[in-house]
Amino acid sequence: MKVTLDQDRCVASGQCVMAAMDVFDQRDEDGIAVLLTEDVGPETVPDVQLAAAVCPAAAIGLRP
Amino acid sequence: MTLHETACPEALPSFPMPRDGRCPFDPPPRGRDLQQEVPMTRVRLADGSTPWLVTRYAEGRALLLDPRLSADASRPGYPHAAAAAGEDPSAASDGSVGGGAGLSFILMDDPEHARLRRMVQAPFTVRRIEAMRPDVQEIADELIDAMLAKDGVVDLVEEFALPLPSLVICRLLGVPYAQHEFFQESSKAIVHRGATPEGRRAAFTDLAQYMGSLLAQKLEDPQEDLFSDLGARVLDGELTAAEAVQMGILLLVAGHETTANMIALGTTALLEHPADAARLRDEPEPALVASAVEELLRYLTITHDGRKRVATEAIEIGGVRIRAGEGVIVATDLGNRDPAVFADPATLDLERNPRNHVGFGFGIHQCLGQNLARMELQVVYPTLLRRVPGLRLAGELADLPFKHDAGIYGVHSLPVTW
Repeated sequence: MKVTLDQDRCVASGQCVMAAMDVFDQRDEDGIAVLLTEDVGPETVPDVQLAAAVCPAAAIGLRP
Repeated sequence: MTLHETACPEALPSFPMPRDGRCPFDPPPRGRDLQQEVPMTRVRLADGSTPWLVTRYAEGRALLLDPRLSADASRPGYPHAAAAAGEDPSAASDGSVGGGAGLSFILMDDPEHARLRRMVQAPFTVRRIEAMRPDVQEIADELIDAMLAKDGVVDLVEEFALPLPSLVICRLLGVPYAQHEFFQESSKAIVHRGATPEGRRAAFTDLAQYMGSLLAQKLEDPQEDLFSDLGARVLDGELTAAEAVQMGILLLVAGHETTANMIALGTTALLEHPADAARLRDEPEPALVASAVEELLRYLTITHDGRKRVATEAIEIGGVRIRAGEGVIVATDLGNRDPAVFADPATLDLERNPRNHVGFGFGIHQCLGQNLARMELQVVYPTLLRRVPGLRLAGELADLPFKHDAGIYGVHSLPVTW
């Protein structure tokens, strides 16, 4: 599946990093989230779903 | 129109609601009853205004994400804390201090909120906070060393719960800890539920004067700290000195009053659940500790005045229609006890790991310092339990001075012995 991230909505909470640290990181200058990869295999999907659920800005999406 | 929707104030539940003294960790019983009846109900504040109270998790979370709700306290209809205490709300919405712009971006909407918040996000990333963990451990151990050198009964609030987060945020911001008594008193004056607008204004003014002179020092002699970073932005023209001062105050007040209360109240809760405390003391694996901290955040939800907003457009939700200009209070303490989301919600279950709790709020204003708070608590609870294995309350739970009078719940003092 493909993960999407809207950096304009992001408020740098870092909850995505804690949920799926292989997929998300935070940039140094302002903590805004960045994608380490767009493609997620089935074993990573649950982590990304959690990240999307806990993101306070609803900035994360997951699609086929 | 149901009773809960009526604008007839006398018939409505008043807010805030009193807790049951026998269950000091639980939200007000009236709140739990309302949650069972309806997701949305009007409540009556002391000034007679009737904002909406959101009792359930799903509606609360949805509303905190909804851009039609504004956090701008200067808007008419905003449900002021001062209004809840019976004071004149227009005095509290004075643009310079108190309920208005004095608290910086926490009371603003985007795009200005995002512009300011982005300036202070960098030190609060997961990585940067993790790098501070050894320092926090050292601070915890030193405070406990000093405490253990005393005999008899000590106040854990004064010896440990207040100094630890205070030292940490001072270090991060670049504020000299030597002044800690002064800004602890000012912070208390700001969060006090019964504070008069004059009292809050005076506290803000005092803090602003202090922070203003500190900013001037940072402009001349910048250090490796957040207040110096803000000083650089003032020199660049990105910020006014007044904006930098207000942000400094926000971080200072938010950075210690809340965490201090979680340390004290969380320790009290653990002492009342001795089997759980023993487990945390004897088997402090990181996963269990992290889960325990999230569960204590959920169980206690110390921000018991709710997340306050005002509608800028009509919103249909939970079977009611919020009109533009009406106040909304999202009761996150009730949401964190919603049985539709958390099984057996009144039970403290250290292994529950409630990743979806709203103890830090939700939406764009979700607590900036949450990773710092989490890390401090992850260090503090196991360290206290391990180093003071006989730790116990020096008196009765019921006799503790719980902060019914403050916007952030906790205890004023926590007499302990070992």
